[in-house]
Amino acid sequence: MKILVCPLNGPRPVSEFAYGGSVRASPDPGSCTDAEWSDYVFNRAGSPGIKREWWCHIASGYWFIVERDTLRDVVLATFPADAARKGFIPPVPAP
Amino acid sequence: MPYRLLRFGLSRKHPEPPMFRRHAALRGSYDAVIIGAGGHGLASAYYLARDHGMRNVAVLEKGYIGGGNTGRNTTIIRSNYLTPEGVKFYDESVRLWQDLSEDFDLNLFYSTRGHFTLAHTDAAMRTMRWRAEVNKHFGVRSEAVDADFVKRMIPMIDITCAHHAPIVGALYHAPGAIARHDAVAWGYGRGADRRGVEIHQQTEVTGIRTQGGKVAGVETSRGFIATPKVLCAVAGYTPRILDMVGLRTPIYIHPLQAMVSEPVKPWLDPIIVSGSLHVYVSQTARGELVMGASLDPYELHQARSTLDFVEGLSAHMLDMFPFLGEVKINRQWAGLADMTPDFAPIMGVTPLEGFYLDAGWGTWGFKATPVCGKTMSHTVATGRNHPLIEGFTIDRFSRYMLTGEKGAASVGH
Repeated sequence: MKILVCPLNGPRPVSEFAYGGSVRASPDPGSCTDAEWSDYVFNRAGSPGIKREWWCHIASGYWFIVERDTLRDVVLATFPADAARKGFIPPVPAP
Repeated sequence: MPYRLLRFGLSRKHPEPPMFRRHAALRGSYDAVIIGAGGHGLASAYYLARDHGMRNVAVLEKGYIGGGNTGRNTTIIRSNYLTPEGVKFYDESVRLWQDLSEDFDLNLFYSTRGHFTLAHTDAAMRTMRWRAEVNKHFGVRSEAVDADFVKRMIPMIDITCAHHAPIVGALYHAPGAIARHDAVAWGYGRGADRRGVEIHQQTEVTGIRTQGGKVAGVETSRGFIATPKVLCAVAGYTPRILDMVGLRTPIYIHPLQAMVSEPVKPWLDPIIVSGSLHVYVSQTARGELVMGASLDPYELHQARSTLDFVEGLSAHMLDMFPFLGEVKINRQWAGLADMTPDFAPIMGVTPLEGFYLDAGWGTWGFKATPVCGKTMSHTVATGRNHPLIEGFTIDRFSRYMLTGEKGAASVGH
């Protein structure tokens, strides 16, 4: 069984977690065009690579960020959700 | 033992001709290039050559013929979908399957079994009735049936599912069938090969050259090929090819696992699917149980299978068929499923002239192999979408006009 290190609960089996998709910056829905909005809603960067993702520890309801290589299935690091705001990791660039 | 087999075994030579030619070199140009020698790519090549007279075609495959999802699916064929677009499309596919063995002169072991989608809740039963009505409207034989009918048709099933998910009814789809998946790729491949199409295995596409908004050619591991038309039919590798031409789509990749048991006496005639228990199972002509479940829970570009999967799926199998406790699992494997948000494929022309897409086949692609070949060959030959695939075009997302087919997915992914 794979182990994921939760920033709050420490190492736990991956079956305790839910995957929440890539961390992405939203365009401003008030000012963006329909095309920009549909691109944000539907389109994804589907190729493998090192990606920053949302994960949730289900038992404690704790959302956090995982940096993972989606080709090799290796977790490189995990961060609390506010790590970018506090300057620990660089923010996701705006679309 | 058939005399022919005995003679083959005793012969010092191998009189059986190979199914495909091997080509020493790529030509400098082709009228069309198909990326991916799986069922979909080879079927497209076959119909391009047979129905549209396009024979100067190359099929490029980075691995070997039928080695991707064509050889990894659980071989179920059905047309009991939810949307009118889906039902019409898959029904045409079921029609094409019927005479394919004769067409290829190759036994596909196409076997019509009947297909049950079990409902364990009233909410699921509602979806079954909905699907049955849509199906009947388009002349597809599907009906909502009760638990007694299920028990009568599958006497070995525990209708209470160990008392934690009792079966309340099902969607019964009489045309549901299974076929030998490798033979489908070989049949289409041989048919295309005999008509002059070149199949190049171990040939990886590394780039796509464009000029003035049009496709100009394909860079491969064995050199450049000039071509005005490229069809991309690469399932789990679609995003990597689309990056080469700068096209954005909603496709994301999750592994999908499956497993097969040791052979046992024939006891299961129909195909059984349970959305709530995340199981689909059928028994092959050899007696093996072929089983699949839902997608792995997160994005991954690796076809490695897990013990978690075997444990989870086996537990659900035992809920339905407790007598299987002593049966062993022989093999397990995984494939890369190219998923879309509405569980419908992405097909047809793209904003790049000469670049055609047959993708987003997620967990539902095998049954569509013949109709994909038919419709994509038409689309490549004429440059216009075939009428049957108009609900599946790439621009449906920017128009917010999705083709919601999730209710017809085999299990609740």
